[in-house]
Amino acid sequence: MASDQQTPGRPQGRRAIARARRREALGRGWRQFRTHRGGMAGLGILVFFTLVALLAPVLFPPETISVTQATGELLAPPSAEYWLGTDDSGRSMLALLAWGARVSLTVGIAATLISMVIGTSVGIASGHYTGFGGATLQRLTDWVLVIPFLPLAIVLATVLGGGSTLTIIVVIGVTSWAGTARLIRAQTLSVEGRPYLERSRALGSGNWHQMTRHVLPNVFPLVLTNTTLTVAIAILSETTLSFLGLGDPLRPSWGSTLDQAFSNGAVSAGAWWYIGPPGLCVVLVVLSFTMIGRALEQIVNPRLGRQ
Amino acid sequence: MSLIQDVAGSGGPDPIPGPPPLPRKEKGSRGLSPGATFALRKTGAALGTLFFVLVVNFFLFRLLPGDPIGMYTRGRNVPPEQLAELRAELNRPVLEQFLTYLRNPFASTIDSAQFNRPVWELVTERIWPTLLLVGTAIVLASIIGVWIGIKAGWKRGKSFDKVSTGVTLTLYSMPEFWLGMILLIIFGVGAFGLPGMFPIGGISSPGVDTSSLAGWLDVAWHMVLPVTTLTLVYLAEYALVMRSSLVDEMDEDYLTTARAKGLMDRLVRRRHAVPNALLPTVTLIFLNLGFTVSGAITVETVFSWPGLGLLSYEALRGPDVALLQAIFLLFSIGVVLANLVADLLYAVIDPRVRS
Repeated sequence: MASDQQTPGRPQGRRAIARARRREALGRGWRQFRTHRGGMAGLGILVFFTLVALLAPVLFPPETISVTQATGELLAPPSAEYWLGTDDSGRSMLALLAWGARVSLTVGIAATLISMVIGTSVGIASGHYTGFGGATLQRLTDWVLVIPFLPLAIVLATVLGGGSTLTIIVVIGVTSWAGTARLIRAQTLSVEGRPYLERSRALGSGNWHQMTRHVLPNVFPLVLTNTTLTVAIAILSETTLSFLGLGDPLRPSWGSTLDQAFSNGAVSAGAWWYIGPPGLCVVLVVLSFTMIGRALEQIVNPRLGRQ
Repeated sequence: MSLIQDVAGSGGPDPIPGPPPLPRKEKGSRGLSPGATFALRKTGAALGTLFFVLVVNFFLFRLLPGDPIGMYTRGRNVPPEQLAELRAELNRPVLEQFLTYLRNPFASTIDSAQFNRPVWELVTERIWPTLLLVGTAIVLASIIGVWIGIKAGWKRGKSFDKVSTGVTLTLYSMPEFWLGMILLIIFGVGAFGLPGMFPIGGISSPGVDTSSLAGWLDVAWHMVLPVTTLTLVYLAEYALVMRSSLVDEMDEDYLTTARAKGLMDRLVRRRHAVPNALLPTVTLIFLNLGFTVSGAITVETVFSWPGLGLLSYEALRGPDVALLQAIFLLFSIGVVLANLVADLLYAVIDPRVRS
């Protein structure tokens, strides 16, 4: 640190230089991102929903979403007291939505983490190992890619035991990695052909070193953009699976609220306030992740910039 | 796969003995055109995927916790001799069971727990409503989606492009069943002062003979809302892909040439740009059939459409394991076959991919 003070702006040492470069690259990326209107709008929506999710216990105490302690009238349309009306047990829709944001965002992000770890590892490994192992991984990717998502997810959830948030996270995670793996594999193949990897191999670096020190940093921007797009899909999947009744009944997400509404006849009762808002929240959050992802994609891959 | 290739390869006249045999790697393509090799490779890959599906379908359900017989026969009165038969079947070595299963995956001896009928009988009668619903929606969505994509991509950045990209992105982010429920409330049940105009579910009104013309019209009337829902959701993706693949073509030299020779803008678009941009879109329409299956499951549930989707929902609520297994297998086979058709069709349209 002392050397930093002596020559400001010119850090000493390998790690310090790497860190400074990374910071600079991030700053550059952020400046580019700020000029992207769609991306900024998405970020705004996302920050709002994250705040709502974090503050849900403060704004709406847990008893407001408890079925037994509900105070409102059953299936009441929006009023001054309940801004978005009540559900069929008399709970405030607004409170349900705020608590639902916690589940939907948590599941979306956790499932994406699993999917990204599997997808990136499989992608890099299948691009790096040219022999039998790599070919097997590639086949596996192709297979998982073709099998229709929802039937597979339903089957997996049944086997793992439905009705828990963890099951949904695992199911989405292990069914949605194949697209990422294929993308990362293609990028790995292009990185593998570059001279610095040849140099690294000539100096005797092992497979692990090559993959983690050279390939991974180079595919990482792609992983990052793909992550935001995958979160969008994961949240949509969570909504669908919960709608089909696989969610945790004690922790209502937006999808399970829709399931409740549908199963208890909110459609024929014309209770639009019960059905409209949860779906609208899903659309907004998914759209925000998609727009952020598209903005990042343009920064990472300037060839797309003209679109 | 190599077996099939060798058999097909030996169909032609045998080469005169003399030159040393070709290396093993090129053996398969001897005497075959690149097109045939491509077709065989793709068919082999599809068979591999199908095998993988069978493995998953077989072993996944062997992993079920608890008593498998209780799982399969839940809530049913099963005669003791059938139970004993089932137990004997499940007590055989797993590999032996798997081989029997491979011989005929469709010959499930276990009845559906909910309907008390053989699962394949149940499943096959539900195929047609789903094909009708999803097929109509895919045709409509590809026509409208491609049209929107062309219009938006050709005049990139203009107001039509901005509006349509915003709308399609929003539709793309929408849970399809939610859109269905909203349409159902507004146009089926009637809300905000609108009268209920469309039927709220089912495939036909009770008592209507579906083989008569009136019956057909009744079915069409019932189809309006579910088909609209699925079309809106599907077309979003098609429009986005068509737009971006047209944008990719925009800077190509052949378009400059076409313009330089004085061709009208409309003709440049129709004869030169669109055919090239259509290729990736066609592939995508087929590749994403898995995604259309998801839509079918939830939208059929919302509209009580008596197809495979609604059946999956009913099976899931049980859970009716034997039925779930059959449906998973059927959907997977359908999607794998459609992908194969797409690959082969694509090679016919665009010869470059064969090499």
